[in-house]
Amino acid sequence: MARPDVRAWLLVGPATLFIFLLFVAPLGEMLWRSVGGADFTLKHYETFFSTPLYIRVLGHTFWTAFVVTLICLLLGYPVAFVIARYGGKLGGLLLLVVAMSMWTSFLVRAYAWMVILGNRGPVVALLNALGDPNPKVLFTTFAATIGLVHLLLPYMVMAIYAVMARIDPAHLRAAASLGATPGSAFRHVYLPLSLPGVVNGCVLVFIICLGFYVTPVLLGGPQDHLIAGLIGEQIEELLNWGLAAAMSMVLLVATLGVLAIYNAVVGLDKLWG
Amino acid sequence: MSGPAYLGLRALVKSYDGVKNAVDGIDVEIARGEFVTFLGPSGSGKTTTLLMIAGFEDPTAGDIMLEGQSIVRVKPYRRNIGMVFQNYALFPHMTVAKNVGFPLRMRGIEASEATRRVEDALDLVGLRDFSSRHPRALSGGQQQRVALARALVFQPDVLLLDEPLGALDKNLREQMQVEIKRIQREVGITAIYVTHDQTEAMTMSDRIAVFNDGRIEQLDTPLAVYRRPTTRFVGGFVGDSNFLDGRIASAREGRVRIEGLGEVRVPAGATAADGAAVAVLVRPEDIVRADGAARMSLDNRFEFVVRGIVNYGDTVMVMGETGGLGLRIRMPGRAVGTLAEGERIGIGWRAEDGRVLAG
Repeated sequence: MARPDVRAWLLVGPATLFIFLLFVAPLGEMLWRSVGGADFTLKHYETFFSTPLYIRVLGHTFWTAFVVTLICLLLGYPVAFVIARYGGKLGGLLLLVVAMSMWTSFLVRAYAWMVILGNRGPVVALLNALGDPNPKVLFTTFAATIGLVHLLLPYMVMAIYAVMARIDPAHLRAAASLGATPGSAFRHVYLPLSLPGVVNGCVLVFIICLGFYVTPVLLGGPQDHLIAGLIGEQIEELLNWGLAAAMSMVLLVATLGVLAIYNAVVGLDKLWG
Repeated sequence: MSGPAYLGLRALVKSYDGVKNAVDGIDVEIARGEFVTFLGPSGSGKTTTLLMIAGFEDPTAGDIMLEGQSIVRVKPYRRNIGMVFQNYALFPHMTVAKNVGFPLRMRGIEASEATRRVEDALDLVGLRDFSSRHPRALSGGQQQRVALARALVFQPDVLLLDEPLGALDKNLREQMQVEIKRIQREVGITAIYVTHDQTEAMTMSDRIAVFNDGRIEQLDTPLAVYRRPTTRFVGGFVGDSNFLDGRIASAREGRVRIEGLGEVRVPAGATAADGAAVAVLVRPEDIVRADGAARMSLDNRFEFVVRGIVNYGDTVMVMGETGGLGLRIRMPGRAVGTLAEGERIGIGWRAEDGRVLAG
């Protein structure tokens, strides 16, 4: 690899400036506010860590991210497998469907779920017909989880597919010629080779989920708010910038923690395949 | 063939689209312990035939017999056929020992026995000290040996090799040819080797099957395929060649009339009737420079104009023309002397070095 020289810095200059002014600088200000600015204090952090509700929301955020990641993995792996293994028309179509749901605004998709799961929607109608006169579907953990899975599934599929697409089909033939049944060949050869994609997809989904805001607020009940929702509430409704900033820092550190583990185990440069 | 048929391909046909046959009726009987090479250009059906033997492609028609039993309906993982793949297909997440032990593990062979056999297999290919390495830490030639050890460790009935040396450089390729041949003899396994490289086919095989357009054009020993090709395709594909197109003047006397050149003498009692369109194949190394008195011992003598010289060091290929026909002559490097372009020399060849093929 060549050593970066002046030209390299010029190439990344505009983007660096953009990110510095609009991301790093505000982030610095949040850090500044979280410790009370010039009058240094840790009281916002104390408030956060000594309030059971906040700790519960933080725990719930991690739990939700875990559940959503797990469901995305279980649903996404077989889809990625079919796309990578069979390709052709079916694979292309599936890939298009996955990509299309990535291109649709998440706000639009959240509202679509509100319609589907709402009181006049098909799900309620079906449950009515099955004998439940007053089912509760929207504004539940169930609805929030569905919404999040729907949003994040494409990331999981893409991450796993990117790795699967590079698995040489000759490996499976080799396994068969050596006496491995299709099941054994999958377990001993294909699955281990696709594992980097699984790890990538899980980290990606987990981290995006940690910071998610709109979907749980729109689809879930009050108990389903994630920490991002809590931060929004502190700013929009209570104008409590200090506490909001402290919460943001906690979320940031948690996210960086997950990435640090990933970096130590796999290496950050592999995250995008 | 030295023994009774061990592996037999009977009227084997494969069509992918139902219109054209990629493999168009292959019949081969292979003896136990024999090394047979499927030689042919890409798209000639040799790899497809190999894949059918391995069980990765289903034949459209025909049968594959192993020791008198049809194996066409047997799943690939039950066939007990070892295969070495073009790019080795070693499992990157397993060490060398795990790779070689894989087929034993799949067969539920007990651990200590498996360890012993893995060591033996690695000994055979000279890689015992590499057992804990991963494939990516090995050179191409070493990976090739691991692939070979892995394909042999479970004592398969047949070993298939699909262009296994294609990715190696020339020196290593020659070294591996010798190595593969040694191991095959030592183990005594029946082997089928697919390649488009005629040198590999010549140096390694007991017999060569020359594939063209889904069929076997000739199946014979390397020397016979080279010296006595039965079709124009085989003559052109294996080795360098000159083809002189003409018609048989007298089959009984061994004379063929070549357009622009006149008559050439060929072995008497040729295969086609008088007047039939034929091509006379003459190998470039069978044509010799012969001026003056030396000419008289040759049955065919012509004047040759030198048009170009390509020097390979050990030999020299001299290109030029005789009576308007292009001709290539291979000479020993030291015999060329001061030969220059535009020079006229006398050349000739013996009647028995001309081979009459259907035109």
